[in-house]
Amino acid sequence: MLEISQEMVDRVVAHARRDHPDECCGVISAKDGAATRIFEMENAERSPTGFVFDSQEWLRVYRDVDDADEEPLAVYHSHTATEAYPSRTDVRWSATAGFPHWLLVSTRSEQLELRSFTIQDGVVTEEEVRVT
Amino acid sequence: MAIEVRIPTILRTYTGGEKLVEGSGDTLTALLDDLDSRYDGLRGRLITDAGALHRFVNVYVNDEDVRFLGGLETKLADGDSVTVLPAVAGGSR
Repeated sequence: MLEISQEMVDRVVAHARRDHPDECCGVISAKDGAATRIFEMENAERSPTGFVFDSQEWLRVYRDVDDADEEPLAVYHSHTATEAYPSRTDVRWSATAGFPHWLLVSTRSEQLELRSFTIQDGVVTEEEVRVT
Repeated sequence: MAIEVRIPTILRTYTGGEKLVEGSGDTLTALLDDLDSRYDGLRGRLITDAGALHRFVNVYVNDEDVRFLGGLETKLADGDSVTVLPAVAGGSR
């Protein structure tokens, strides 16, 4: 289960809509397992079919999170023409990216599609998004 | 020559849980060889069999991404700081 605030949900969705038709990306950090902050990040690839964290921005975000004794909880990104479900690319990167949760949003229609997954050894498991 | 190396959570299995380790070398390659002598397997997570920096990691020297410096041949000096982070990417394609 991924437990995040309504404000975080709103920001992820707004970010995804704003960057559409390109994919958006970002990080949610946690302290002692509880979600604390959201970092809206640049998609260095600026692509409708992929995202890459800008390496310098990611270093700053990681430092900020680490200095606050927080840890990366979730990476979020959007799919702009397909469902909010991890692609083969997502699964491949999940093995080394080090995020417990993959939060996906789809901007293919006006309807809200926000889903969260754990990806362990290539196995995708959907989990509840609990909004607090 | 001491160089401080920050290890991300996902690679700390290779450093006995240590987040900060020290190594030596006058280039990034030499540093990684030195680290691998004490932290077996770490080098293999950073460098491909073909000898290139793995696309799944970012390595920074004094907060600069080495892909924009000299890659694995980036020169190092005493007191430099090296940070390793997982690269993060994905997407629908």
